[in-house]
Amino acid sequence: MLSQSRFADSLRRFFDSDIWYSFKSSRVTVAAAIVTAVMILTAIFSPWIAPQNPFDPASLDLMDAFTPPVWYEDGVPKYLLGTDDQGRDMLSALMYGARISIFVGFVAVLVSMLIGVTLGVIAGYVGGAVDALIMRIADIQFTFPAILVALLVDGIMRGILPKEVHDDLVLVVIILALGVSGWPQFARTVRGSTLVEKNKEYVLAARVIGLKRSTIMLSHVLPNVLGPVLVIGTINLAIAILGEATLSFLGVGVPPTEPSLGTLIRIGNDFLFSGEWWIVIFPGLTLALLVLSVNLLGDWLRDALNPKLR
Amino acid sequence: MSEDLNRERDGEAFVLRVEGLTRYFDVSPPWLNRVIERTGKRIVRAVDGVDFAIRKGETFSLVGESGCGKSTVARLISGLYEPSAGAMHFGRRGDSGEKLRVQMIFQDPYASLNPRWRVADIVAEPIRVYNLCPDAASRRRRVGELLEQVGLSASDGEKFPHEFSGGQRQRISIARALAGEPDFLVCDEPTSALDVSVQAQILNLMKDLQREYGLTYLFISHDLAVVYHISTTVGVMYLGRLVEWAEKKTLFSDPRHPYTRMLLAAIPDLGMSGKPRTPVAGEVPSPINPPPGCAFHPRCPFAEERCRREVPQMRSVGGRYVSCHGVEEGRIPDEDALVPMNGERQ
Repeated sequence: MLSQSRFADSLRRFFDSDIWYSFKSSRVTVAAAIVTAVMILTAIFSPWIAPQNPFDPASLDLMDAFTPPVWYEDGVPKYLLGTDDQGRDMLSALMYGARISIFVGFVAVLVSMLIGVTLGVIAGYVGGAVDALIMRIADIQFTFPAILVALLVDGIMRGILPKEVHDDLVLVVIILALGVSGWPQFARTVRGSTLVEKNKEYVLAARVIGLKRSTIMLSHVLPNVLGPVLVIGTINLAIAILGEATLSFLGVGVPPTEPSLGTLIRIGNDFLFSGEWWIVIFPGLTLALLVLSVNLLGDWLRDALNPKLR
Repeated sequence: MSEDLNRERDGEAFVLRVEGLTRYFDVSPPWLNRVIERTGKRIVRAVDGVDFAIRKGETFSLVGESGCGKSTVARLISGLYEPSAGAMHFGRRGDSGEKLRVQMIFQDPYASLNPRWRVADIVAEPIRVYNLCPDAASRRRRVGELLEQVGLSASDGEKFPHEFSGGQRQRISIARALAGEPDFLVCDEPTSALDVSVQAQILNLMKDLQREYGLTYLFISHDLAVVYHISTTVGVMYLGRLVEWAEKKTLFSDPRHPYTRMLLAAIPDLGMSGKPRTPVAGEVPSPINPPPGCAFHPRCPFAEERCRREVPQMRSVGGRYVSCHGVEEGRIPDEDALVPMNGERQ
């Protein structure tokens, strides 16, 4: 009862807030949000709405390979956007591919966030040698391009895991690789905010009460440094989706039997100059649209949460 | 603490006795810079050997200019800093022999409450940590009581700190401090961020609570009017040292230390008594490189060779404690003579 009214309360507050107003008044942001929402929903529900299961070899027909999109003379309504070299329906492959891309992106960002926020709060709050150690590691990692770090992690995992195990764990490995490559940004931002918060008097008050250091970090500092994390998280989601596509394009990502958007682009790349343009262009457009929308959302969020720009 | 001081104050119920309390801060540049620039360590002597004693139920105020170390003393006593040297002897609570419970009220009511927590959770935190209430229902009741006690309503617990004004927030801070059932409250400039009218309300609330619970206050302020209103005993700090402390009436009516006189002479006089007001002359020297001998000697009109050489010790003189060579030797003139002398110096 009480919690229900609290929920309604916070919902009303949200629709009254500056953030909702700034969202409504920016058409680009609304469009980006709609595109992102449609793509995410399609990705989630693809097993139920896709015309074909492109991961199931039994449902593929090699005779249908290289069918052009439906508006060509050779096109058939069964394959709206044509088929690839395996006879996979492009539309279904896109839906399933986006599903993998978005899933990998989300979880990779969560991993970066978890590592980065934890280390950032600890570095900022504890300070001293711990701070120096964590931040120098972050600095060193910043000097390498993120994709290089991801390739390195991926390479190490391939080296230490037997091939069969690696094939089973390929998604986990990619998520870890992308997650590890993204943490320093979170750590830096969170450390900065923690340095500000830890000298505020509410933290001192908690110390006077005699709370443990870990409790103060978790229940007092953490909730107050999460604002910027949301913004970096959104922008990093776009970067992680691109990173996964890059890895898959380079052939170290998800296998061709269960293609993500990046894998689809790599497959299509082979046929770009032989006239079957749809195999590469549709996944490319989908990826570009997805990353653009998420980026626009992230930009808007950054501006909306920045009190100096209000 | 000097011998006679101990003697005079012993036998009374001390809440806190502080001896030679010292806190240095290392503000050196990083090691590499020090090596390259060939500079040594830089140490700020924020608090440099402070002695005083606080009796049960009194309000001991510390006053002084910015940077004199009064807030550092507050934080040392509340346990936020470890002393570099010296000792703090806390009394025991009741018969249990448990250490006195210290809570703190802070200066900035906009920073002292966690903005993401509901007021009820903020006030309930000490109760939870010290296990003062057996279950959630009694805890909620207790929080309501506390909020009503500080002049808010129990239903305010559902709100967030940003829904309150500065004075109301300071009331919430006080409720949180009371929730821990303290014996001793350290108040670090609790009213300096508030409007004058609200200041009076908060001070009166603090006085009422003191009477009701027999609380002891350490009150830090730079506002002498506020200090006069609330204190029983007042200590004056200068550059990390306590220069004079006494009962409020003694100190305000008959200050002995030249610095205390300088501070009191600068108080605006609403009665327009025509008494010439002396502005505080000179500036506080850097606590990184304090003057040798008596820290006040560069600004003191009565400074002599001995003041430049020798650090004065705290002595009991006519019902107060002063650390001044001039007072000890009886060469500081009476206050009336002081005013024109100071006036001439500008």
